[in-house]
Amino acid sequence: MHIVDRRLNPGGKSLANRQRFLRRVKDVAQRAVRESAREKDIRDLGKDGRVSVPVDGVREPRFSRQPGSGLQDHILPGNKTYVEGDLIERPPGGGGGGGAGEGGEGGENSEDAFQFVLTREEFLELFLEDLELPDLAKRRLAVVETEGLRRAGYTVTGSPANLALTRTLRNSMSRRIALKRPKPDELAALEARIAGLREGDPALPDLKLSLELLRERSKRIPYVDPIDLRYRRFEPYPRPVAQAVMFCLMDVSGSMTEHMKDLAKRFYILLHIFLTRRYRHVEIVFIRHTDRATEVDEETFFGSRETGGTLVSSALVEMKRVITERYDPNDWNIYAAQASDGDNVSSDGPTSTELLRSHILPACQHFAYLEVGDENGPRAGFVEHRTTLWRTYESIAKSGGAIAMRKVNHRREIYPVFRELFGRKDARTEAEA
Amino acid sequence: MVGSLSRSTSRTIAGSTGPLFTGNDWDFDTIRRIHDACEAIAGPELGLSWYPNQIEIITAEQMLDAYASIGMPLFYKHWSFGKHFAQHEAGYRRGLMGLAYEIVINSDPCISYVMEENTATMQTLVIAHAAFGHNHFFKNNYLFRQWTDAEGILDYLDFAKGFISRCEERHGHQAVEQVLDAAHALMSQGVHRYPRKKRPDLASEQRRERERIEHGEQIYNDLWRTLPSKPGATRSDAAAERRRALLELPQENILYFLEKVAPRLRPWQREILRIVRLVAQYFYPQRQTKVMNEGCATYVHYRIMNALSEKGQIGEAAYLEFLQSHTNVIRQPNYDDRSYGGHNPYAIGFAMMQDIARIAENPTDEDRAWFPEIAGVGDGMGVLRNVWENYRDESFIAQFLSPKLIRDLRLFHVVDDPDEPELRVEAIHDERGYRRLRRSFARQYDVAWLDPDIEVVDVDLEGDRRLILHHKALNRITLQKDDARRVLQHLADLWGYDTVLKEVDPATGAVLAEHTASARPIFF
Repeated sequence: MHIVDRRLNPGGKSLANRQRFLRRVKDVAQRAVRESAREKDIRDLGKDGRVSVPVDGVREPRFSRQPGSGLQDHILPGNKTYVEGDLIERPPGGGGGGGAGEGGEGGENSEDAFQFVLTREEFLELFLEDLELPDLAKRRLAVVETEGLRRAGYTVTGSPANLALTRTLRNSMSRRIALKRPKPDELAALEARIAGLREGDPALPDLKLSLELLRERSKRIPYVDPIDLRYRRFEPYPRPVAQAVMFCLMDVSGSMTEHMKDLAKRFYILLHIFLTRRYRHVEIVFIRHTDRATEVDEETFFGSRETGGTLVSSALVEMKRVITERYDPNDWNIYAAQASDGDNVSSDGPTSTELLRSHILPACQHFAYLEVGDENGPRAGFVEHRTTLWRTYESIAKSGGAIAMRKVNHRREIYPVFRELFGRKDARTEAEA
Repeated sequence: MVGSLSRSTSRTIAGSTGPLFTGNDWDFDTIRRIHDACEAIAGPELGLSWYPNQIEIITAEQMLDAYASIGMPLFYKHWSFGKHFAQHEAGYRRGLMGLAYEIVINSDPCISYVMEENTATMQTLVIAHAAFGHNHFFKNNYLFRQWTDAEGILDYLDFAKGFISRCEERHGHQAVEQVLDAAHALMSQGVHRYPRKKRPDLASEQRRERERIEHGEQIYNDLWRTLPSKPGATRSDAAAERRRALLELPQENILYFLEKVAPRLRPWQREILRIVRLVAQYFYPQRQTKVMNEGCATYVHYRIMNALSEKGQIGEAAYLEFLQSHTNVIRQPNYDDRSYGGHNPYAIGFAMMQDIARIAENPTDEDRAWFPEIAGVGDGMGVLRNVWENYRDESFIAQFLSPKLIRDLRLFHVVDDPDEPELRVEAIHDERGYRRLRRSFARQYDVAWLDPDIEVVDVDLEGDRRLILHHKALNRITLQKDDARRVLQHLADLWGYDTVLKEVDPATGAVLAEHTASARPIFF
């Protein structure tokens, strides 16, 4: 007899089968991923995704008999009432009596649609493929490292400032209980009894003796002993500045159509995936603006549609405010992506330029401007018809501002544009040339 | 794969103090001791014989993997296994299903997978059940001896896996997948149901050819050449007859037929058909012996566990834990119970095994009348061993389902005739019903009866090469249309030309339905 321990064998033996299965249901899976990209929050995207596959897509047909056709026999256990020749009313829904006789008809037909869970990798692969995305991993951004300190348990030595009080007292208490240190109540009770007795009472010497013993014991077993002391221990470790904040700025004035917002959302999602793969912690700030700007949650950001003038600088002011309040550029990698159809009050140009040049751009790692257009392409060649905002930003870019700008009309252009915007420096200049 | 004791709620009873193990924990040494203790009972007391055992410890995830490849340790890759994995995993994660405690493989040595999270008691039960019960059945039952090659199966699967992955490299995933899809669709039509004439090997073929020539030379007489040919039988009839004989028609093993005869398949495609066909054949005995196989394993584990308990080798707590699992496994809900899901092969099998032992050792007058050969012979175990060796589910039930058991289970027979407004109770557990009930119950386990009877009947080799199949629609039950159409499409693709399937009422010869499919140019 042999015993073989297979537990350490590499698992995931069915990975290859899983891949084949995914390839088989790719259309379904991709549709599901696409749907979820539309419905899910940016933050949740790329977590495990549920995909439900209709059986029809992955049906394994076999020759089987049609249930309910022809004469069928059922042998059933547990008869209580019937005798031979009884007639039983046909149970609703046709088919067999009481329950289907085992193996009587092909079991294959009873399958339902079933759900399975995509792993994160599988999900992203499908998602990025939808955007015609090869791999993001090649892109690289500078990562700053600093020295950090983190908690690393307790030690028995340390500075008083690091005394771990709770832990120390817990030790002390368990020691007191273990060594049976008299409680203050017991002492007090004994003292009270002694005080209550008259001098010369025969019990007095005994009580005094035991009081003496208890006091002695209290002294020998201190309330807090040096061996109880614990100090918090800290350990230095190299800490990458692993946090980033991503500003999503969007014009929500009436001229922004759902299609444009969808484009913008896709761009933001890509940016988010990109950043979460690079940083441990990514925050998102949504700022929408018409002629006034506010910080909102995601739902409002993509859902709302307002009327009113467009004043881009309002969004920049809001962004500046948030940065000053919450995101110190020394601690945070700041990214911003602005999506707009490009309409702006022309008088706003100088204000925006000034804000960008002296406040926003110096704080940002990267500022991208995405001009979203109509699905059917530029109305009349966009080189001639430059929008107000485009012209404003173009002048900044020309005078050396670190701002990247692209125009997209169709979903399929998102990834290439993203790639240009977030590619390495040399690749970017090449693309711009 | 066979025999997965399905898991019920796993309650643990702590603190057993048997000499084999204490508590729930086990290690390799415990497993070895358990195995040896079981062996000491299985051999001398029960008289079993088995392939050498190999016990493999696996994790829950590996158990899921094993499920996905129909329990085999190595298997070729196909999306359907991934699908099954996804299904099982989803069910398992949501807590809808438990995992089997074990999986056994009919191979020499016999491999039993046991899960690491089983308690020591469960390991004992599983080893008794799988490593001795199933193992004995695999080694001795005539169907397995006839059809499966326990020594060679793992090597063959290894070859199959390698072959198919080489095909994928050479011809692309898609091409291989198409052949596999088609072959899987025809898998249940890919078995030989009866042993065929043994094919002579090349050497004896050559020898016979030589003898034939010599004989011909000896009796040669030139006059025979001048005989006029017989009138009546036309030439084409004889040719058709000869063609059908050459093609071994009618042929129920469609995969075999395609592998040998399909005109346009390339050699690697034929080899894939062959692999699928051989795998189907390997599992065919297991389909025919579900009740017996599980009954045998359950009876054996019951005997071994009781013997261990009597000898004091497992403690009371462990024995109680065993009893709980055991009763869960052999539970048979009544037809009107909400948890009824057909007959539980464990329950039927175990009850019949116990009944047979009772009849052999303690017969009533009724038993003597019904089972004169075995009633009162005394050696229950000997009778059982004989039964395990020589029957399959259908013949086993037809032979040994006793009136007592029919009464105990309160079996009754309901006929569902679509032409009648109501269902009719055909027979119940009474004097008039026993035999009829037993006959129809046995038939429910006759795989050849359950599988639709489909044959290749002819092929027009000189004309448009149309392949003609017949389905003998038993009781006028026709095939499920959608699936039939899909499978026939696969069949046509493999055949390479038009294919027609006629559903024929065997009683009248009337054609009830007809399906046709034309080959798509996907394979060629």
